Amino acid sequence: MDAHNSAGQTHGINSAHKPRGDFTARAPAALANPTLRANFRRAMDGLMTKRAAQFADRDAWTALRARGAAARANALARLPELLERLEDRCTANGIRVHWAETAAEANAIVLAILREAGATRVIKGKSMVSEEIGLNHHLEAHGVTAVESDLGEYIIQLAGEAPSHIVMPCIHKNKAEIAQLFAENIPGQPYTEDVDSLTAAARRALRQRFAAAEAGISGVNFAVAETGTLVLIENEGNGRLSTTLPPLHIAVTGIEKVVERLDDVPPLLALLPRSATGQAITTYVNMISGPRKPDEKDGPREVHLVLYDGGRSRVYDDAELRDTLRCIRCGACMNHCPVYARVGGHTYRFVYPGPIGKILSPQLEGLDCAGDQPFASSLCGACSEVCPVQIPLADILVRLRQEAVRPSATPAVKGGGSQAGLAADLGWAGWRLVYGHPALYALVSRLLARLGNLIPASVPMLRQWTRFRTKPRFAARTLHELAARGGFDRE
Amino acid sequence: MTHSLPPHRPDTVYFFGTCLIDLFYPQAGLAGMELLRRAGLRVVFPPAQTCCGQPARNNGYMDEARAIALRQMEAFPQDWPIVVPSGSCAGMMRVHYPQLFAGRPEAPQVGAFAARVYELTWFLVHVLDLKLEDKGEPVTVTWHGSCSAQREMGVVDEPKRLLRSLTNVTLVENPRETECCGFGGTFSVKQPEVSAAMVSDKVAALESTGARHVVSGDCGCLMNITGAAAKARRDLTGSHIAEFLWERSHGRP
Ligand code: SF4
Repeated sequence: MDAHNSAGQTHGINSAHKPRGDFTARAPAALANPTLRANFRRAMDGLMTKRAAQFADRDAWTALRARGAAARANALARLPELLERLEDRCTANGIRVHWAETAAEANAIVLAILREAGATRVIKGKSMVSEEIGLNHHLEAHGVTAVESDLGEYIIQLAGEAPSHIVMPCIHKNKAEIAQLFAENIPGQPYTEDVDSLTAAARRALRQRFAAAEAGISGVNFAVAETGTLVLIENEGNGRLSTTLPPLHIAVTGIEKVVERLDDVPPLLALLPRSATGQAITTYVNMISGPRKPDEKDGPREVHLVLYDGGRSRVYDDAELRDTLRCIRCGACMNHCPVYARVGGHTYRFVYPGPIGKILSPQLEGLDCAGDQPFASSLCGACSEVCPVQIPLADILVRLRQEAVRPSATPAVKGGGSQAGLAADLGWAGWRLVYGHPALYALVSRLLARLGNLIPASVPMLRQWTRFRTKPRFAARTLHELAARGGFDRE
Repeated sequence: MTHSLPPHRPDTVYFFGTCLIDLFYPQAGLAGMELLRRAGLRVVFPPAQTCCGQPARNNGYMDEARAIALRQMEAFPQDWPIVVPSGSCAGMMRVHYPQLFAGRPEAPQVGAFAARVYELTWFLVHVLDLKLEDKGEPVTVTWHGSCSAQREMGVVDEPKRLLRSLTNVTLVENPRETECCGFGGTFSVKQPEVSAAMVSDKVAALESTGARHVVSGDCGCLMNITGAAAKARRDLTGSHIAEFLWERSHGRP
């Protein structure tokens, strides 16, 4: 879709994580883990309450949300043009811009920049794109140590785990688990559940890493095309340290993060932390517009921006699916998701869990790989209701189900048709036959009313249903029959 | 709000019974029709109606969903309002039919059809301004609104208003009222464990009110909630709001 994509290459499929649809198989273990259930429930309940307090005024929420959605939709409508402008402005500001189509390319670019600078010690701010491309793993394999500086990311890095939430990566852990982890991994740290003591321990450990770091790597929340500004929000100051202290700063982000004007940023800034953590604003709002100027005393000497495609241009190509790219990664959809709250982020086994993950993973990784994700939803629509940029997540889930069972003529999503099957096709053909022919339906429904209760609970669908619920009972007469008897008109 | 008032109070309405009610909860459907008839309306139940088509749509079988949608539109040819005792089926017809036919030649007719679709309690409150006389014994109930009723049809307060208007009924709202009960159609059998965890939490939330009876506007939720409660041997029964209102204000239909 844009001039920078080299043609003919596969879209950023990251071979580092290629799970095959096993959400259904993994869910029971998560559901049976009371600590995990309690950790998520408590955390999600808290987040929902805090968010609700921020958007208590329905009209203000509706108006703000419309502005946020418009800013994102406008950016996507003109994505190729805005990306070029972003590159121009960034370049003029002294930021060096790189384009990566695949995860392998993105990793290679980052590694090459580090090598050229002779940097082997890296401090990282929080970045989901770096998780997406498996950057830490890649750097480590090539002799570069990358330490996460976001407290949550630091914790899961110590634990050797992946984030379970896109905003609060270690939300699956409670205080006791973190205390244990710190006592085992931070020299001189005793076991304590005192939060101040725990954060102080992390701060001590991380300060040394900051001081020694030869490069900082961060994500980007919004990249402003008009000014070539990289906006990065955070609460701990680690993002600011990562992007100002080391002599080299590399920002890695998806191509969809661009917005047109600086004026687009305020509504998005008002929406993102409110939706994410229920904060009116984050403690730090960083606006990075280039490397250190000759008369400045601090700041990195070099700033690089890696713009990663990773399958996004394919998402962009479909008018309906494109809305997925509006996402500002606030996590509200997962905070409000009744499925996510019960199984936690790791059950999804993709970098992006929860509702946004269910629509993004199949599009980025392919339905052949993530085809189970769109089905792991009751379509309750809580996600669509809270999404600050009005992504119709539930509708996109249904669209992806369609692509999974009956791919569009020009395949919109890689691996379409992965969930298709003869049995399902026959089942739906039978359904269509009965419900499409009133006379046949009258016959079948009356038969079911008479004999349906004789159907054993062991038939496939009923077997699953009756594991946790009693068998539904067919009424002796259908409503069709009762309506006729009750003297209601037929036309 | 996806509903809008009809230009004037209609004297004839269609009733779309839904496939689930047809087979499992016909008394709820009948009660809905009786409520409308008692309010002075002529209620037409076209026998050619079957199912709104939502099961196919939600599973990604759009051709099948469209085929069934077209048959329903044929079954309701006059421009009378179509009253539906389910937020879920109403949402399918009101919100998703136009999406299914977007850009197709049928789109204008589909749009006109969708605009005539009303969720039952919304219709009772806003179009009929229904007044109910409570003839029942004192009882405490809690309310469960379906996801589609809330989020697609904008029906949140209407059923609770009706319940509160019954003098002998105490409505106690439950702490997770807006959370999905875990039904989700085929979700309940495709993700049985997740669905079971959701409904078991829902049953606990309903029970926490002290009520032993839950009223809902959607029979899918009811089948799930009361089925799970019965399986777990909990003392919680449920009924569709139409049946509940009719019984309280009239006696069994
Ligand atoms: S899809 Fe919407 S709610 Fe979910 S993370 Fe993205 S912006 Fe937030």
